[in-house]
Amino acid sequence: MDTSLSLFGDYQVIHNYLPILVFIIFAFAFAIGTLIFSYLVRPNKPDPEKLSPYECGIPPMMDARERFSIRFFIIAMLFLLFDVEVVFLYPWAVVYNKIGLYGFVEMMLFIAILLVGYIYAWRKGALEWE
Amino acid sequence: MVLVKIIIILGVILLVVAYLTYLERKVIAHLQVRIGPMRVGWHGLLQPIADGLKLLVKEDIIPEKADKWVFILSPIICLVPAFVVYAVIPFSQHFYLANINIGILYIISISALGVYGIVLAGWSSNSKYALLGGFRSAAQMISYEIFLGFSIIGPLMLAGSLNTLKIVEAQSGVWFIIYQPLAFALYLIAGIAETNRIPFDLPEAETELVAGFHTEYSGMKFAFFFLAEYANMMVVSSMAVILFLGGWKGPFLPGIVWFAIKVGAFLFLFIWLRGTLPRYRYDQLMRIGWKIMFPLCLLNIALTGIIYYLFL
Amino acid sequence: MHQIFFWGFALLAVFSALMVITRRNVVHSALFLISTFFWVAAIYILLEAELLAAIQILVYAGAIMVLIVFTILLIHVEETKIINPWQRQRPIAILLGVFLLGEIFLILSRALFPESIAGTALQQVAQEGNTEAVGKLLYTKYLFPFEVASILLLAAMIGAIVMAKREIEK
Repeated sequence: MDTSLSLFGDYQVIHNYLPILVFIIFAFAFAIGTLIFSYLVRPNKPDPEKLSPYECGIPPMMDARERFSIRFFIIAMLFLLFDVEVVFLYPWAVVYNKIGLYGFVEMMLFIAILLVGYIYAWRKGALEWE
Repeated sequence: MVLVKIIIILGVILLVVAYLTYLERKVIAHLQVRIGPMRVGWHGLLQPIADGLKLLVKEDIIPEKADKWVFILSPIICLVPAFVVYAVIPFSQHFYLANINIGILYIISISALGVYGIVLAGWSSNSKYALLGGFRSAAQMISYEIFLGFSIIGPLMLAGSLNTLKIVEAQSGVWFIIYQPLAFALYLIAGIAETNRIPFDLPEAETELVAGFHTEYSGMKFAFFFLAEYANMMVVSSMAVILFLGGWKGPFLPGIVWFAIKVGAFLFLFIWLRGTLPRYRYDQLMRIGWKIMFPLCLLNIALTGIIYYLFL
Repeated sequence: MHQIFFWGFALLAVFSALMVITRRNVVHSALFLISTFFWVAAIYILLEAELLAAIQILVYAGAIMVLIVFTILLIHVEETKIINPWQRQRPIAILLGVFLLGEIFLILSRALFPESIAGTALQQVAQEGNTEAVGKLLYTKYLFPFEVASILLLAAMIGAIVMAKREIEK
């Protein structure tokens, strides 16, 4: 192990995360470095035709940033709610072999309550994509 | 030591991604009774390097009215998470960058950040195709991220840990794919959708959306989206190997070779599917996800819980 | 060393937070908000709260911000207009600000936890890891709050669908 990593002494947890921080910095450095390098070596001759957004050959009409279907919003909301649900499942899965039947029943209750919401969403057509 | 490991991992990712594109072109070519790239080097072996160099020196176009900073930042947001998740993947018993207790959760949560790169790339381009493609990709990715999350609960219950090394160690006897065939199938489908591959490659449905969220991108920024997609394919394959196929474990050969063989098999499957299947429609994709995969995921968790309690 | 990292992460988090409220473009604000959540997660790691850090990124930076970004882009409000939008909200905002500041002081003044609670919790974490400790406590001792959370999620889900449904029927 690198000596710089032992500076934390007892902080064992952080010790394990330091390589990740270094990796994140490296990944950013790679991405930005590559962009800068390609900026230096590539040609750059812009003209209005090149810079106009693609629209099957015709000049672009109106602004692209229009209002959008609310379906995407419903999907994002369902995603958020089920994401929170799945977060509860991770610690449960990890300790499942220690808490046994008791833990199983309570998690099934938790899922059953959320299933009510899921069935409601289904019946109301929130899962349809017409 | 850490720095050397990081450079090795980054280098291997770049090399494997480069030759994965070559392999993909060759395999698909042969599936379609063509021969694929042959000109650059012996049997076209230097093709990926030529492609890389070409992308590096290509003119880079930022469309007018684009949000310049977000336009530049989006490919970086896409690429960096795709790289840094490799930090917790154990390539063999001894070769890994970080050994953390929440390994799997780290992979899931960091790779979830890539979705911003896609939706903001679509938005910042100021092009209708890019915007619609960006929204579609993002909605697909977040939906299937849920199913991905639910499908891996089963193996995690068996392993009793989120630590990638401990999960592999828990499969010393029997691989989890034996106990968790349903979870494996669900994971695989969600993984393919998550990486926007055929048959779920709607974001790049050429026939209707030109090229989806990266329509307006060119040069190195375009290459970043490409790199991120292939790096994510490798992450999904590696996670499948860790969770279901016993990671680096296997007889005779060293661990790292077994890991490479197993991941390679998944990558081949990805390419094979692309050569074989047609594309789903967007409404079909959403229906499969929310109305079939989701109930099956919950069923798998319930079944795992009951069977585990009764027999283990 | 530990302190240097804390100050580094804290400064980055505060800087990002300041950028969130000073950007005119709402999409840029949203990006800085993601960055704020990320650095807060880094501070959780310094506190050895690994599970909390992962949840911070998965739920806040990953899911809540996706919803916010979608909303910003869907209703097309990228540029905030400066035609004095907050005149009516200002008293409420000031009131809330004072309230929050008071809360922060209250928490800071009580920041030193009783030795016994902190001690046992940390021991447990050291023995079996953060996730296991949280899991055991959540699914045995704090069972009731956990089940209440599911009711809360159910209410949120039904509320969201009722509101979105009205929009679709329009």
